[in-house]
Amino acid sequence: MLDFQAMISAIGPELLLALAGLAGVLAGAFMGDRFNGLSFKLGAATLLLAALVVIMNWEGGEAFGGLVTTTPFVNFAKCISFVAGAVTLLMAEGFLKRHETIRYEYPLLVIFASLGMGIILSASNLMTLYMGIETLSLSSYVLASFHRDSIRSSEAGLKYFVLGALASGILLYGISLVYGFTGSVDYGDIASSERTIGLVFGMVLMISGMAFKVSAAPMHVWTPDVYEGAPSPVVAFFATAPKMASMVVFANLLFTAFTGVFEDWQMIIAIIATLSMLIGAFGALIQSNLKRLLGYSSIANMGYALVAVAAGAEYGAAALLVFMTSYVIASIGLFGGVLSMRREGGMVESIDELAGLVRRRTGLALALTILVISVSGFPLAVGFIGKLVVFQAGWNAGLLPLLIVLVLSSVLAFGYYLRIILVMWVKEPVERFQPVGSTVALSVYAAAAACLVLFVFAAPFLDWATRASAGFIQ
Amino acid sequence: MGNFPILTAVTFLPLAGALLIMLVQAATGSNGQDEETRGRQSLLAGLIFSAATFLASLVMLVSFEVDAPGYQLVEQVSWFAGIQYKLGIDGMSLLLILLTTLLTPISLIASFGSVKTRLTEYTIAFLVLETFMIGVFCAMDLVLFYVFFEAGLIPMFIIIGVWGGAERIYASFKFFLYTLLGSLFMLAAIVFMYMQAGTSDIMVLETYAFAPEVQTWLWLAFFASFAVKLPMWPVHTWLPDAHVQAPTAGSVMLAAILLKMGGYGFLRFSLPMFPDASEFFQPMMFALSVIAIVYASLVAFRQTDMKKLIAYSSVAHMGFVTLGIFSFTEVGVQGAIFQMISHGLISGALFLIVGMVYDRVHTREIAAYGGLVNKMPIYAAIFMLFTMANVGLPGTSGFVGEILTMTGAFQASTWAAAGAALGVIFSAVYMLTLYRRTVFGPVTNPALENITDVGKKDLITITPLIIGTILLGITPNLVFDITRESSLRALQMITGG
Repeated sequence: MLDFQAMISAIGPELLLALAGLAGVLAGAFMGDRFNGLSFKLGAATLLLAALVVIMNWEGGEAFGGLVTTTPFVNFAKCISFVAGAVTLLMAEGFLKRHETIRYEYPLLVIFASLGMGIILSASNLMTLYMGIETLSLSSYVLASFHRDSIRSSEAGLKYFVLGALASGILLYGISLVYGFTGSVDYGDIASSERTIGLVFGMVLMISGMAFKVSAAPMHVWTPDVYEGAPSPVVAFFATAPKMASMVVFANLLFTAFTGVFEDWQMIIAIIATLSMLIGAFGALIQSNLKRLLGYSSIANMGYALVAVAAGAEYGAAALLVFMTSYVIASIGLFGGVLSMRREGGMVESIDELAGLVRRRTGLALALTILVISVSGFPLAVGFIGKLVVFQAGWNAGLLPLLIVLVLSSVLAFGYYLRIILVMWVKEPVERFQPVGSTVALSVYAAAAACLVLFVFAAPFLDWATRASAGFIQ
Repeated sequence: MGNFPILTAVTFLPLAGALLIMLVQAATGSNGQDEETRGRQSLLAGLIFSAATFLASLVMLVSFEVDAPGYQLVEQVSWFAGIQYKLGIDGMSLLLILLTTLLTPISLIASFGSVKTRLTEYTIAFLVLETFMIGVFCAMDLVLFYVFFEAGLIPMFIIIGVWGGAERIYASFKFFLYTLLGSLFMLAAIVFMYMQAGTSDIMVLETYAFAPEVQTWLWLAFFASFAVKLPMWPVHTWLPDAHVQAPTAGSVMLAAILLKMGGYGFLRFSLPMFPDASEFFQPMMFALSVIAIVYASLVAFRQTDMKKLIAYSSVAHMGFVTLGIFSFTEVGVQGAIFQMISHGLISGALFLIVGMVYDRVHTREIAAYGGLVNKMPIYAAIFMLFTMANVGLPGTSGFVGEILTMTGAFQASTWAAAGAALGVIFSAVYMLTLYRRTVFGPVTNPALENITDVGKKDLITITPLIIGTILLGITPNLVFDITRESSLRALQMITGG
């Protein structure tokens, strides 16, 4: 006899998304192009509703005999991911309309991708995890090549697909090794099984696969290309919701399934984090394309997040949530900035196009300045608190070398973030951007405001993250 | 005043002004007026706000009890994770705040006519900068201090980068990254102290005893930040670039206030929190101070750019500050605080003086001047006064600071005091040379033929500084009475513990 109530509390949001997605497919089939405009609003509303359902079932539960288990920790990430998905969906509408690619498939793909995120976050079984990852990935590949007439977009989609499929293969191979040596695909069983070399081997392969999904070095190579090539609203989505979800899933996997081999993976994660921080920071220094720069910046930021992961569940879980949330908020705003860069002939992406923005669009320039300050971890915005708690977590776990890299990479990062501020404030103004609609502007302002508000009122935010991670503290 | 949060009011009044100016300018749009008129209106509004801040800080001065020990006017609200929004002042921070609130309006007045582009943003940057500078001096929580300390970099970065000279981009980056690298070490130390002591409350940490071996590392981390900020030799190289490229008002704020954060940091953190390490590093600090004094003085002598010369002179004078602080004597520390206040007035005035001729002739090359006394007699007199004050002529505030820091240093190390005394001689050499080459002699540059003497605006900006310099030179006890408690507290862990 199924306990319906318990099942809803565990998979309610996913059920909602799946049903809404299927209903959307039907509606699209019947209504055709008339559904295009409506679908974006409905899609965003569905995602927000899903976030609400998550909040209503905050404590989580178990379903399908342990295939799915939700906890406040993953619910936190779900909530942020769904909201980020909704916001980026709304931001996409105007862009796609101007490029005459506004089609109802877009919001549906975002919903299916979000469904994938929900599944991987809920997963407490390697098979569920893999299923969710494929749902997310396949939707993402299509999204990356959504502008199918554009060579850049198709190239990005193809690159993403080929490399992503390879990563999925590696992940699956890792899963099979873990299964072979522990005899189970359940997180709990894996955690309680004894350490064998085969288990560690499988885990390393799984880490490699997951590192690709969160674009951590040395599996990061796709990131700058896909960021540059894929349509901007798609990148805005990639950079926020799936990043949050994948990173928390990565942490959840290591914290629960592989908790028994903590010493083994801590070193690997530390190396990945170090490489990501350095490659991201050095790579971003020489970029002139804003999207590419943000791609490298995201690699560096994933490195910072992995410092929190390397700190282990007890110290790092809450820090990870705080850091990722602050990163996602700033990223939404920054990509809103990218989406605002429209000129007569179309979108522009070079940093130099922001020249003198403060003279042309003072409000936008100010908001972007705040967002850049936040994402760089400079005091005055929530990004500082994010980095501070990551630093604290690393310190508590005794990861001193990692912290030194973190500090040095942050200094480097200021070099390229400052350049953005400098270009906006100092350079002689160029032609004014064309208006891109109020949704984008509103998102940028809201993100900038959120960065400041969460900085000033950091206590409730931190409390929330700490309570969500309470399950990891013995 | 009851429970009115006067410190919060003083700190955030400029920021409120900046927001208001921003909103009004955004709301009114360009409605027909040209940009310069609107800019001038913003500047005027900014001036009113900074003047109001000055008045508010006078209220703070009145409510301050000179003889009471400990911190006063404390305000406290919990922020996050045990970190507090906590403000408080003692005598030293009171005077530094007053210096800030005095010099900001002066800088803004000096900008009338000399800054012509983007005055609205300029005003906003200055007001935001003022908030952060005041915040640094009254923050009573380490993390809050760090936030203010770092945040001040952004407006200064923009001020140098936007309104600076030809090499402004290079200078602003150098300024930013130098300071930032130092500060991140401090942040690491702050996190460590917070973990170890379980609090980031400065008042508690002042009496917390860190283990001696830990102290050494913490001291070095704070040193990295403050030495860059002060600046000490050999990490001073950002300063001449920043000064030369910054607009006049930016140089004034940089020299008069931002450099003092370094000295303030040593007195507020290094001495009371890491007394053992401070004593351990005393010889190094003496050596670095004396090198700074002698070396920077010699370099100053070689400069061909007026601002660069004064920038190097600042490095030398800051050497006296560290010398006094690390003498661990009451007279030395009192002298160091006095020297900070005095140097704030004098260097601010000197940069204004350079700015006055720069606005007229548009060059800072010493060689381009000469014979100014024939054309600008009042200017020559004012310049003379501050030249003498910078050299340390008795009767000006410059004398008191130098003599006291050297007296303090003499008690700790004769050699250090002797080396510093050399610096006094050198300062006379470079300052008098500067004065002779710019003011005396025949007028050779045809551009100077029609130069006008100081105007009303120049007099308004410089008069308060003249009064301050002479007043403090004659009755230094005005300062000493206020700072005595601060000096004793900075030393209590070293001499008494």
